[in-house]
Amino acid sequence: MRDTCKTALLGATLLLATTAGARATEPIGPSDVTFVETAVSAPLTGTPGNPAEGRKAFANVRMGNCLACHKNSEMSEQLFHGDVGTPLDGVAERWKPEELRAIVVNSKKVFGPETVMPGFYSLEAGVDVAEAFKGKTILTAQQVEDIVAYLTTLKN
Amino acid sequence: MRLRTIVPMAVGILAVGLAGAGLRADPVEDKLVIDGEVELVTRAKAPEGHPFDEVVSGWHYRTDETRALQQDSFANPAMLYVERGAEIWKTVQGAAGKSCASCHGDAAESMKGVGAHYPKWNAAAGKPVNLELQVDACRKNNMQAEPYKFDHADQKALVTYIKHQSLGAPVAVDLTQGAMQSWWDKGKDLYYTRTGQLNLSCASCHEQNNGKYIRADHLSQGNVNGFPTYRLKDADVVSLHGRLRGCVRDTRATTPKAFSDDLIALEVYVTWRGTGLAVETPAVRH
Repeated sequence: MRDTCKTALLGATLLLATTAGARATEPIGPSDVTFVETAVSAPLTGTPGNPAEGRKAFANVRMGNCLACHKNSEMSEQLFHGDVGTPLDGVAERWKPEELRAIVVNSKKVFGPETVMPGFYSLEAGVDVAEAFKGKTILTAQQVEDIVAYLTTLKN
Repeated sequence: MRLRTIVPMAVGILAVGLAGAGLRADPVEDKLVIDGEVELVTRAKAPEGHPFDEVVSGWHYRTDETRALQQDSFANPAMLYVERGAEIWKTVQGAAGKSCASCHGDAAESMKGVGAHYPKWNAAAGKPVNLELQVDACRKNNMQAEPYKFDHADQKALVTYIKHQSLGAPVAVDLTQGAMQSWWDKGKDLYYTRTGQLNLSCASCHEQNNGKYIRADHLSQGNVNGFPTYRLKDADVVSLHGRLRGCVRDTRATTPKAFSDDLIALEVYVTWRGTGLAVETPAVRH
């Protein structure tokens, strides 16, 4: 009996917490992101991007995996930076934060359909998406914000 | 072991340096000579309708140490598969009491140059067959033996052995037979179709970006003249369909079935893209 009470209470607390959390930081869905020219001005979440978290998501091969294609001298402790994309050294001086957000969300809206860079917060995927990834974005809205915050620190 | 780790690292660092300078790393200028005797054609004028002027073997895109492994039959780990394949060739299997050798005799003669022309139109099957499917058809119809399970070690060994009998022969797929041209067309469509959550096609890496690096991996033109090939990353011989499945899976797409019509069509097309290159089986890659 006491256990049941405890479970019910815990459930109610969790429900409250979830609802409150969602209300505070409901992210913009991947289909609702507004592009104006080559920029996405509105942050995707209510929580400002954290550059330290962004640095981790940038390097993580299951998240941004950005080093697969980009050189980044700020991350020289990691070996083997790819060169399919442009080097990201000084990228904050070439692009405004809202442009960096647009490129990470869906670079095809910025560079055109031929770019090989995946859209990290887009549902425009290739054919035959594996079951585990169907309807899902590569990064979460918060991870995009964190990575954008990190990119804005990359100055020459 | 230590050397193997250090050499690719050194090359990787060099690549990073080159990337910083905004240069594209060219494939290495070198000659592929097996055991100091047999020189293989690793660059060829591209056939008509090919997006490149010249087709280049993936061998040129690998490190000094990996290239050296392939040049020495004693060092090439896949030669153990060739030896195993030679045993299977003369081993009786199935209800008919036959081995491959019962009908085909000495593979060095009967199979010389044969593998360079696969995949090949097969009227009975009504589609192109690759070496694996041809072996299975032989096992079923002539040996009354079970077909191999996909990527069974014996399947890889026998196919590697058969293809090795064409070492040095130029890749030449005959598109004039049966409906080969329409399978080529379908394969070409698939080559340029972006798949999976990462939204990449074969062309995204091997046509648009060959010569560049994805982390430490130097992207080649994706020619398949060395398959089955020894892949250091897997420490094993890898079949072509095994590798194609891995590539598509890595785009976060559903993994296609081995020997499905899609992968056979893709095999026809990508094999054609390497027209004129010498068969290198078994090649050594990263």
